[in-house]
Amino acid sequence: MSEFLRSWLVLVVFGGLAVAVVGTFLGLGSLLRPQRATEQKVMNYESGVDPQGDRWSQSNIRYYVFALMFVLFDVEVVFIFPWAARLEAYGMFGLVEMAIFIFILALGLFYAWRKRLLRWI
Amino acid sequence: MIAMAALQGFDSLMSGDTVVAQNIAFGILAVVMIVAALRMVTTGNVVHAALYLVIVLAGVAGIFILLGAEFVGVTQVLVYIGAIVVLFLFGIMLTRGALGEDEEADTEKRRMAVLVGVLVLVVTGGAVLDSFGDAAVNRAAPSLTAEIGDTIFSQYIVPFEAVSVLLLAALIGAIVVARKD
Repeated sequence: MSEFLRSWLVLVVFGGLAVAVVGTFLGLGSLLRPQRATEQKVMNYESGVDPQGDRWSQSNIRYYVFALMFVLFDVEVVFIFPWAARLEAYGMFGLVEMAIFIFILALGLFYAWRKRLLRWI
Repeated sequence: MIAMAALQGFDSLMSGDTVVAQNIAFGILAVVMIVAALRMVTTGNVVHAALYLVIVLAGVAGIFILLGAEFVGVTQVLVYIGAIVVLFLFGIMLTRGALGEDEEADTEKRRMAVLVGVLVLVVTGGAVLDSFGDAAVNRAAPSLTAEIGDTIFSQYIVPFEAVSVLLLAALIGAIVVARKD
């Protein structure tokens, strides 16, 4: 158990160092640079033209289907990880089983494509 | 009762190096999660609430890893933070009026929200206490992703393939419900 936690501690230390390095440089930058904010400077950036309307705008409801499909395929990825961790051990058997798994889920993608939901309008 | 829980925690704190580190990490995670959870329900901005939820869910993932359940922890990050919160943010973006500061959402339904929160706490807490009681967590060995793969590809190969059919049904059902025409 301690070996296991130590290997995860490496991740924590690495993440902490990454945050510390970026924080140090950004902090030093904000200490050194001159700060003379004008209304034009703090305005939201929108491809070089003056921004129109509020920060928030309502998206089209049709894009919700993309988010829903993303959740489903994310769950599929969760099942692929244990297979990938022992890829050599399962060999051909594992490959066929995973191919069936992915094929059945790909039918859903095919269904969405046939129902013309994948077009970006 | 709180004093008793503190004493038990102190007892296991004394029994080994790993346990000390585990307890310190758990304490930090718990404090961060409680603060983030409180900010989540008190903030007036729905988008900020969803982002505070990310901190709480990341803390849950950290606790899973502390308990040696790395697969569940990674799944927590991948599915809950990566997909469910994105779905929440999508839902907020698609809804008119819910964006930005919203005072109305804060007043009317507060009493009902407290009632639902207490009910969920009692039901889930009661269920956990009822089924596990004071059974000790197995601290000796972590459950590795490769072992979970071994179980799936030997004992549970048929349920594994059935899961793909279940996910397919969920996907097609979601498409049918979400479609306008």
